[in-house]
Amino acid sequence: MTAESPIIEFKGVNKWYGEFHVLRDIQLQVARGERIVICGPSGSGKSTLIRCINRLEEHQQGHLIVDGTELTDDIKAIEKIRKHVGMVFQQFNLFPHLTVLENLTLAPMWVGKVPKAEAEERAMQQLKRVRIAEQAKKYPLQLSGGQQQRVAIARALCLTPKIMLFDEPTSALDPEMIQEVLDVMVELAGQGITMLCVTHEMAFAKAVANRVIFMDQGQIVEQAPPQEFFDHPKSDRTKDFLSKILSH
Amino acid sequence: MSSAENVVFQPIASRPPPSSVQGPIAWMRRNLFDGWVNSVSTLVVLAVLGLTLPHLFSWGVAHAVFAPDNAACRAVVEQGACWGVVSEKYRLILFGRYPFAEQWRPLLACGMLIALLAASCYRGFWKRWLLAAWVVVLAVFFALMFGGVAGLTPVETARWGGFPLTLILSTISLVLSFPLAVAVALGRQSKMPGIRTLCVMYVELVRGVPLISVLFMASFMFPLFMPQGTTIDVLLRVLVGMTLFSAAYLAEVVRGGLQALPKGQVEAAQSLGLSDWQTTRKIVLPQALRLVVPAIMNTFIGAFKDTSLVTIVSLYDLTGALQLALGDAMWRKFFLEGQLFVAAIYFVFCFAMSRYSRWIESHLNTGTRRQ
Repeated sequence: MTAESPIIEFKGVNKWYGEFHVLRDIQLQVARGERIVICGPSGSGKSTLIRCINRLEEHQQGHLIVDGTELTDDIKAIEKIRKHVGMVFQQFNLFPHLTVLENLTLAPMWVGKVPKAEAEERAMQQLKRVRIAEQAKKYPLQLSGGQQQRVAIARALCLTPKIMLFDEPTSALDPEMIQEVLDVMVELAGQGITMLCVTHEMAFAKAVANRVIFMDQGQIVEQAPPQEFFDHPKSDRTKDFLSKILSH
Repeated sequence: MSSAENVVFQPIASRPPPSSVQGPIAWMRRNLFDGWVNSVSTLVVLAVLGLTLPHLFSWGVAHAVFAPDNAACRAVVEQGACWGVVSEKYRLILFGRYPFAEQWRPLLACGMLIALLAASCYRGFWKRWLLAAWVVVLAVFFALMFGGVAGLTPVETARWGGFPLTLILSTISLVLSFPLAVAVALGRQSKMPGIRTLCVMYVELVRGVPLISVLFMASFMFPLFMPQGTTIDVLLRVLVGMTLFSAAYLAEVVRGGLQALPKGQVEAAQSLGLSDWQTTRKIVLPQALRLVVPAIMNTFIGAFKDTSLVTIVSLYDLTGALQLALGDAMWRKFFLEGQLFVAAIYFVFCFAMSRYSRWIESHLNTGTRRQ
């Protein structure tokens, strides 16, 4: 793998939910270390797009290559990719029956076969990174939404991922807690991990993204660096969307 | 003006609630006399208790005969209970037709098994040695019951009866049906249509038939299919029948728990690279089973009482042994007292299971619910 080859490549990817054509002819290349924000109205396929990358959703047509491995039905290939792709969900999806620390050590111990003591040490480092180390022994539901989402980020980071996927990470949070999660994400953005983030936090997009992608009806409508995207949107659809989202 | 711009937020300190919401009078007002419907119900219940309890006491205690004295029992008929039937027949009720002189064996066997069951309830003991303890205790249980080893007289299963039979039937059928039920419930969600169909068919078939029919088939029809000359012990056949029966019900309970689990839990586990089996073991089952603890225990209690149906295939469990005891014409009249005694034994065990269910539920859920 040369440094120039894209870490993620969509080649004419299509996906249907039954009759509903949710992803249409997606062409997308993501460079290593690139930080991409994906926005668009609900139902535009943006979550589905990033969920295809770690095969939580399967595409039915076209080719999707992640870090040199093509995603097919091959379960070994899927598990290999998942080892290096972290994902953060809108609803956190922490495991409520495990403590914060156990949530973080689960994958390293069972997938990565890391000894317990080492896994815990690494987990504590990640918890410090998201500034929540003192909550390690608590259960997820004893934490606030913002704290839970930071734990979820730390859990994904314990995979030492090459790619981080964020699926509307701040949409389920109270307004007071959005910033603490965004702060952690901004800090991550400075560390060279490839990031794909579905979000409507346009200030975040302006601050950290290399590229903003706008999707509607299963298509990539427009993509550009944030400055250009926000100041000189090309299509009417993008202008319409931006006028609604930036008006308040 | 600067003070107006910089108002300091002063939180109000929390204070204890007023006395009207605490204390026995407040409690009675809230729980017994809350509105006229509740007040009338309370008075009606008190009146009914006032009318019945004295009679019950007079029958059950004051005029009752406790000694195994048949003449005295007959003298107080309809005025007092004859607990004498229990003092006279308790060994027959508890141990059935097991040889009288050897009845210390089932007593010891049951004591061990109950101690182990009690120990297994405590979560701190859920270690590997507990599994070993189960193997050892069950082996010793059967060695004591069967005899034929260490100089013990052999006792065939046809003579086993009473409480030990009830205990071993319910323990073994429940212990075996639980893993089977989990496997079937997971099988119903399998991606492979063959396995799925097989599991659905099993559950529907077994649930569609009364336990009595299953026991009849196990006891009378099954031997017809076997090659001539081979016999499988009736106890074993009944055990298999009961295990398959309760597993079908339990499987549906477990499936309910599996379906109640949010989809995001599995997705999160997958996104972390856990395999299907790891996801099931570490994420799905621990949460799904916790959700259905009350329903599992409900099935267990039902299955425990259903063991009384084995009487119809000539196994004399606790209720069957009672019928044996009441076969004595001298005491037959006092069947009610005998039934109450047996009912009390069932109640103690069912109530213990019910309390344990509530305890383990809150214990397992520590921290997993918003406080």
